[in-house]
Amino acid sequence: MSDLTINAPREKDVARAGKFVFWAGIALLVLWVLVPIWFLFVNALSSPAEVTSFPKRFWPSFDLASLQFFWNFQGVTAALWNSVKVAALTMILSIGMGAPAGYALSRFDFPGKEFFRVLVIMTRAFPLPLLALPLAVMFIRTGLDDTILGLALVHTMLALPFAVLITFSLFSGIPVELEEAAWTLGCNRLQAVIKVVLPLALPGIMASAVFAFVISWNEVFAAAVLTIENRTLTAFLLQSLNVSPLPLKFAGGAALVMPALIFIFAVRKYLFAMWGIANR
Amino acid sequence: MPRALPYLLLLPASLFLLVFFFYPFGLVVVESLTRGGEWTTENFTRMTAHWKFSQAFWNTVWLAAIVVPVQLIMALTMASVVQKLKTGRSGLLYIFAIPLGISDLAAGLIWLAIFEQSGFLNSILHGLGVIDRPQLFLGYQSLWVIFLAVCLAEIWRATAIMMVIIVAGMGLIPKEYNEAAEVFGASRWQRFTKVTLPLLRPSLQTALILRILMAFEVFAVVVALGGTTLPVLMGETFQWQFQLQDRGIAAAYAMVILGLSVAFSLVVLRLLHVPKGARI
Repeated sequence: MSDLTINAPREKDVARAGKFVFWAGIALLVLWVLVPIWFLFVNALSSPAEVTSFPKRFWPSFDLASLQFFWNFQGVTAALWNSVKVAALTMILSIGMGAPAGYALSRFDFPGKEFFRVLVIMTRAFPLPLLALPLAVMFIRTGLDDTILGLALVHTMLALPFAVLITFSLFSGIPVELEEAAWTLGCNRLQAVIKVVLPLALPGIMASAVFAFVISWNEVFAAAVLTIENRTLTAFLLQSLNVSPLPLKFAGGAALVMPALIFIFAVRKYLFAMWGIANR
Repeated sequence: MPRALPYLLLLPASLFLLVFFFYPFGLVVVESLTRGGEWTTENFTRMTAHWKFSQAFWNTVWLAAIVVPVQLIMALTMASVVQKLKTGRSGLLYIFAIPLGISDLAAGLIWLAIFEQSGFLNSILHGLGVIDRPQLFLGYQSLWVIFLAVCLAEIWRATAIMMVIIVAGMGLIPKEYNEAAEVFGASRWQRFTKVTLPLLRPSLQTALILRILMAFEVFAVVVALGGTTLPVLMGETFQWQFQLQDRGIAAAYAMVILGLSVAFSLVVLRLLHVPKGARI
């Protein structure tokens, strides 16, 4: 213990230096995340002439010409609307099928339960966007090609494993005793779920629904493969990349990023809880 | 009826997995191994004979080999920093998690704003007096710059998902372990390598598998930054499916990506194996 006291002043310096490095590190990491997004918004909020000029200013001129140009560009509003429709449908489908499965996994012990769980986890070990290739053929046969529903089905495949695992963890966190109390008070199983479990699980379910929305909103490969006329915003931007002028690209990029920022903010409380349980 | 209930609840999700996961994957396998209705390996020989194949393959593998370790270290750093913080934790977590909601296409566009000829990197270099004329960074003469830009964009975009999984995993480790190690005189670094990291193995598994898969699927970032100048596996799949209208070879590419994904998932599972009794 004695050498500890001798070294005390030096350790104080070390601690101070350590603290400085710690906070400098945090500042650097924050800048690393935020500055690139800042640059995109500077471009999106400047006039097209400023976007292509050199050297650039690091502050937007709040000129809406770029965004206007983007908004009025042939096919943009339709693509935006398609993106919203596909994402909303994905959200409904993945929660609609995922939540019952999550509930079953959390409340019942039955043969085949572990098999189903492993199956769902296993799907994540496959590059799911590739599914779009064979499905393109299948969809042409069934008339689902180039439709909102067809693409939403593929996006649901991407979002469903998450929906199952997240709702599983949500329902596991709600004590069975509450449901049992409702049964003794005369509720049947379904009523107990609707009146007791759902209100408690609702915020979490909303969060995983938002997560499904974001997965679909951001997906590029399947959207580009499966849609021709009814392109989503990502597919539209990707396929016009080599012909569209820079202001259009950056305004489009900003339009893609903006909703995602809001959504992640809305579900930030659940992000970590979601992944904690999905690990096991 | 009560015994059938869990199966009924699982039915929609299971049917969906069957139709949109197992069936299409079967189709891809068949498609890659047939040509004109006959069983053959011609798709694979044609694919490998094409001059772009080995480039695309090695670009993808090198990209993953560089990006994933860097991200692992960054994600662990971010997670440890956040763990130590007392105030401002949730704010910092939100900032670190922002790229999670940003699509790969948008990330590509964000880094395009930095690397394009009238972009911010040129402006900064010009402001510092390093260059007097804007440089062309993303031309085909300087493939390595495109490669570097893709690496940066990928690191920027997809570190968040690893960070979130690792933070969630760290939250599951009981504090007592670290406190015990501290009592026995372990330094901060020792505690990290001897206590936290081994207990984090399940989370590291999930994070690495998910991330390595995403690395092999890299597509929109590359297209946004380099068009088709820098071939990658997913980009070639898209080209064969769309521009060259040869589904057999596209399917062969899909099999290569699938093979890589499964192989590396198995390696990660093996390396970070946690014996049943050693879980927390």
